[in-house]
Amino acid sequence: MDIKIFTPAPDLPPPFESAGVIGWLKDNLFSSKTNGLFTLIAIAFLWKTLPPMISWAVIDATWSLTPGNVSTDKTGACWTFIFVKFRVLMLGLYPENLIWRPVLAFLVFGTLCLATVFRLLKTRILILAWLFLPLPVFFLINGGMGLPLVEQSLWGGLMLSTGLAVVGIIWSIPIGILLALGRRSSLPVVKAMSIATIECIRGVPLITILFMASVMLPIFLPQDMNINNLLRVQIGIILFSSAYIAEVVRGGLQAIHPGQTEAADSLGLKSWLVTWLVVLPQALRHVIPSLIGRCVALFKDTSLVIIVGLLDFLGMIKASVQDPEWLGYDAEAYVFCALVYWVICFSMSQYGKSIERRNQW
Amino acid sequence: MADSPMIKIKDLNKWYANFHVLKNINLSVQKGEIIVICGPSGSGKSTLIRCINRIETHQKGSIHVMGTELTPKIKNISAVRRDVGMVFQNFDLFPHMTVLENLVLAPCWLLKLPRKQAEKKAMTLLERVQIQSQAHKMPGQLSGGQQQRVAIARALCMDPKIMLFDEPTSALDPEMVKEVLDVIKQLARDGMTMICVTHEMGFARQVANRIIFMDGGEIVEENAPSEFFTHPQWDRTQKFLSQILD
Repeated sequence: MDIKIFTPAPDLPPPFESAGVIGWLKDNLFSSKTNGLFTLIAIAFLWKTLPPMISWAVIDATWSLTPGNVSTDKTGACWTFIFVKFRVLMLGLYPENLIWRPVLAFLVFGTLCLATVFRLLKTRILILAWLFLPLPVFFLINGGMGLPLVEQSLWGGLMLSTGLAVVGIIWSIPIGILLALGRRSSLPVVKAMSIATIECIRGVPLITILFMASVMLPIFLPQDMNINNLLRVQIGIILFSSAYIAEVVRGGLQAIHPGQTEAADSLGLKSWLVTWLVVLPQALRHVIPSLIGRCVALFKDTSLVIIVGLLDFLGMIKASVQDPEWLGYDAEAYVFCALVYWVICFSMSQYGKSIERRNQW
Repeated sequence: MADSPMIKIKDLNKWYANFHVLKNINLSVQKGEIIVICGPSGSGKSTLIRCINRIETHQKGSIHVMGTELTPKIKNISAVRRDVGMVFQNFDLFPHMTVLENLVLAPCWLLKLPRKQAEKKAMTLLERVQIQSQAHKMPGQLSGGQQQRVAIARALCMDPKIMLFDEPTSALDPEMVKEVLDVIKQLARDGMTMICVTHEMGFARQVANRIIFMDGGEIVEENAPSEFFTHPQWDRTQKFLSQILD
């Protein structure tokens, strides 16, 4: 009997028009008439706007670090303004001779960020570091324990914004989770109190909370009880953010099938262990995108502290623009401000995406 | 004490709001007995076995599990649940943990076993359900039959004295039913006390000591398999069997 021998057909390259650059263009930019039209409109728009923007920001711009040789005949941006104001924008009115302290704090904090993003340490150590490092960093900036005190009214700039945001995030996530669990509790009192807290805080704009914390609270508190302004504002931010995070987390908790709890119960696990080991990890995984969204929002919301007299990054930008020696640099100031906010917020959302990818199952 | 039943249920009644799900259930299960509960859907079979480890609470009557009565005031429900393993229709493995982590969770947290020791035990159990090669996969990567076998191994991790199966094969493709039933049969041969809610009549005929037929929240008929299939006492049982057997 004859057996036919099977030889696989040779692999051929794909047709010219469906591969490489041309294939990509066809699939993505010109897949239909409408798509093609939009592509052309977008190209025309960029053609008109991009070159002037680049020439203003880069080519025609002044890049000298010191104001000495600033020539006024350039048509582009004058970044010298940013360089000159840089210290104030970052640190506010923090005394110049003590500047090593906030710089060291930024370095510590930056290292921790890098260690978190690149997972250089175990998760458990990272969480502990985030929980406990803010305290020594606070003393480093504030003084005390041998270091000369720096009054908090002198703090400001990006240092104040990131400080408020980091402490806000670290505290409001656990408080938010507790509120969310409380809202689903079977104990009526706990449940009612959680709902009341969440709904009261969510019903009020952040500005109002900050105003209450800063202006009204001292009126109601006894005379000798003196909580400083910054702390009150920080507590206001934490409360506001945790109410929103509670609702985000509650959404995640509701997405968990009751069978999960029953299965864990049937193994004999105590109910707090069931929540901690089985329900919460899954619920939090579901809500990473909106949780990161809340953190980004919190960071941007810190710019509202200007209404209670604290000069955060945006506040310092505004103040610098009004410096009589440096009038007329609004565009540079706000472009720089937007860029810094964007870089930080974009990094946060990219980090969020990376945790999502890591926790797929 | 040696002859006292593992499970003793007396005049059990349960309501969901106004709906009377379980009516005057009396049942006692001896050590090593294998009970199969069958009946049309909505007859209260699942509710009954879920009452035995108090995932559902009852309103009237009493349930004793290995001498402990299940009451609203019970202090140590988790000790009872440790002795009663349960396998669910939809497996309900924890999707965010590997197969091995699913198995060691309860021993590590409840018995405070060292991780290494718990893993060793888990591997023996996985071997017993013939799935040891999948130990480091996530549950989502396994087939339904494999997941259900893992769920059985997870329930066995706490060395339960009683196993409850709530329709363990009804969410499975037909070709996977056998691999799961084989594991349960093996357990039956090893002398485990168990109650199994199932529609697999061939399995019931082979392994059960007693078959219980429920309808409308009541136990209609209770008999040895040989009698149950050949001489059903009630017309309702007869009708059910004629529908399910051909």
